[in-house]
Amino acid sequence: MFISRRDLLASTGFLLGGLTARATTISGALPWRPNAGSPPEPAQPGPWLYLTLAEAAAVEALADRIIPPDSDTPGGKEAGCAVYIDRQLAGPYGRRAGFYLRPPFLPGGAQQGPQAETGPAQQYRAGLAALDRLCRSQRRGMPFVALPDAEKDEILAQMESGGDGAEAQAFFELILKDVREGFFADPIYGGNRNMVGWRMIGFPGARYDYRDWVGRHNENYPLPPVAIMGRSDWILR
Amino acid sequence: MPRKLPSKDVVIVGLGWAGSIMAQELTEAGLEVVAIERGPWRDAATEFASNYVQDELRYGVRRELDLRPEQATFTFRNKMSEMALPIRDWGAFMPANGVGGGGVTWNGATWRFLPSDFTLKTHLVQRYGAGFLPKDITISDWGVTYDELEPFYDRFEYLCGASGAAGNLNGQILEGGNPFEGARSRPYPNPPMQQPFSQALFAKAAANLGYKPFPKPSGVMSQAYVNPLGVRLGPCAYCGFCESYGCGNQSKASPQTTILPVLIRKANFTARANSEATRINLDKSGKRAVSVTYIDASGEELEQPADLVILAADTLFNVQLLLLSGIGKPYDPIANEGVIGRNFTHKTTSDVLGFFDKARFNFNPFVGSGGAGMCIDEFNGDNFDHGPHGFVGGGVIGQMQSGAPPIRTNAVPPGAPRWGAQWKQALRDNYLSTVTPGLGVQGGFYAYRDIYLDLDPTYRDRLGRPLLRLTIDFHENELKQNKFLTDRFADIVKAMGAEKVVMQARKGPYDITKFQTNDLSGGAIMGDNPQSSAVNRYLQSWNAPNLFVMGASAFPQNAGYSPTATLAALAFWTAKAIREKYLQNPGALIHA
Repeated sequence: MFISRRDLLASTGFLLGGLTARATTISGALPWRPNAGSPPEPAQPGPWLYLTLAEAAAVEALADRIIPPDSDTPGGKEAGCAVYIDRQLAGPYGRRAGFYLRPPFLPGGAQQGPQAETGPAQQYRAGLAALDRLCRSQRRGMPFVALPDAEKDEILAQMESGGDGAEAQAFFELILKDVREGFFADPIYGGNRNMVGWRMIGFPGARYDYRDWVGRHNENYPLPPVAIMGRSDWILR
Repeated sequence: MPRKLPSKDVVIVGLGWAGSIMAQELTEAGLEVVAIERGPWRDAATEFASNYVQDELRYGVRRELDLRPEQATFTFRNKMSEMALPIRDWGAFMPANGVGGGGVTWNGATWRFLPSDFTLKTHLVQRYGAGFLPKDITISDWGVTYDELEPFYDRFEYLCGASGAAGNLNGQILEGGNPFEGARSRPYPNPPMQQPFSQALFAKAAANLGYKPFPKPSGVMSQAYVNPLGVRLGPCAYCGFCESYGCGNQSKASPQTTILPVLIRKANFTARANSEATRINLDKSGKRAVSVTYIDASGEELEQPADLVILAADTLFNVQLLLLSGIGKPYDPIANEGVIGRNFTHKTTSDVLGFFDKARFNFNPFVGSGGAGMCIDEFNGDNFDHGPHGFVGGGVIGQMQSGAPPIRTNAVPPGAPRWGAQWKQALRDNYLSTVTPGLGVQGGFYAYRDIYLDLDPTYRDRLGRPLLRLTIDFHENELKQNKFLTDRFADIVKAMGAEKVVMQARKGPYDITKFQTNDLSGGAIMGDNPQSSAVNRYLQSWNAPNLFVMGASAFPQNAGYSPTATLAALAFWTAKAIREKYLQNPGALIHA
């Protein structure tokens, strides 16, 4: 086997396309080394990484109205959607790593795709601040988190319909997408705690082999979901 | 000045399906081959390990295996009168990156195009008269026929271990296969994949309506298989994570799982990963390619001289490299002259959602494979009389249960809200009992004078090169075609027993944010003369006979199927022409 990396690259990686990549010449045999591959990096527990305490409280409240708790399934807050969003905003997603971000930033048709200069991290900061101003000015000086559910829903509906302007509407679409993602992404990213989103709809998760089930038509799949890191009842107590 | 490397017999730009096939065939001929690949080396078993690849956020939503727009993107506009803006994140299509190319993240569909697709213009004019065609359509014949390509489709199917049911074996129409397919010389190497409930139901409903449903041809393994190169593939586990994911189970045919294990052991082959080609250099005469300049991950510029240059970088990157290298005359849509960039096309896809009674139907939609599907071909190409309908073209229609990762499998019936308690309940009630075919209408897209590729005047990439500009919109013909196909599909979904059916016919304008497939084609098309095509019937450049331009960029227009088997067959076809004709007498294989 012969794998040569260029001498000048031997000591350090080089940033290209947002990823550390090395020019590699491959010949003679398939490159193979033990423990190769790139498993996902789990979101770590602990304090908020991007959101302020007040912002995090607002995101939790928003998540809990987008996906309210009911008798069968926890809501967005308990499912960890705000943790998911916080970790995503602190990471590559928040700064749109890998996107084409060269100027000029010009307005175009909707069919030409987003042309904004700012990414999700800044959109959350601005969007949550605007939401806070809106609530305090129109709702008896109270922040979003302190409002009764019915009033929270009124505000969300107003944002969704564009009644609070295009920016509020865009922020609503962003948070709707992210809360849902947090509810259904693998728990390794901080949301979908205990796979509650998957249990709710009947998705068995990161299972692997359904050969026995392809041909079993119209039968309920019996096994509980499993995540990339396994399942809490796999842990020896 | 780039550092000049020792010369090789062949340099290949791009190590996807076309590049891998060319490398395999040309090393067999004893040539010394080096392949330059923009992205990283990727090994199926370790990089797509089955213990973590089932990660929808990482691969399905964030699309980790695809190219980053930061590294290379395009600008887009609908009309020539508009200003094109950059594609800052992918939407309508998602270019692949790395060794294996789109062969890593595809669904494994191994369609053959119809015989009439290859002689499209002649065929349509003969049947309907020239006046029936849209005024500004620029379709043409390919210059190669189905019968000529058949042996090479066969090579690809056996390389891949394709599974399916033959519908036309040496002219004999067989029950259970696609009766519209061109004659095949051999059955598929593997039997069809297993059918999940939704597909079996689709097949029954389609048959009741008088259609002839058949299993989708699949490069995903229905059983263990050893290909002619001796590479082993394993049976698919129907894990439901296929398109946009890599398969660590060696079940999805890719260059990694069919060719590279053999290719890489050859002393006369070298791959250079993380190396992006920036230019094909011509000699002073402008009639011979002498080398490829590329930049490696450190930013060092290198020059690889070779006797033969194979450009296999995928449709858009092929065209961009030709334009940046000054090879061939750029297409001018106003004068209707020039060739590089003309006949750019995509697809016209759409969906029909079927909501079923949850008390009676459970589809277990999470069980699935990218290769799985039951399809009908009654409305593809010219398989039906277009006279009464006022459009040309068509597409395959099918129910393809490829898995249902829940972030993006979120259909709720019409009228349900998008959030809140009622949304939650609607999702809970419908996830298991809804049929979401995953672009079940795969319509073609014919070529028009005002749909083309050129270099953008404003936006540049990280190396300072102009981005490629896409000018593309749907014409009335394609929208009519899609409406017709979507209606036919909806008839079948209703006959399956759906309580509510939602038709999502494709609407104009062409929207760069709405996914259509990765099946972009044209821009460096094949044909019979240098005035209207970039390459001849052997994909040989009319300008520089030692340059061959592989891939779907050669398609004069797109058909109603996925392009992979056709572009792979063309690679085998070209490789044979190089081995048996070109090497004996290097020069133009066709004299125009």
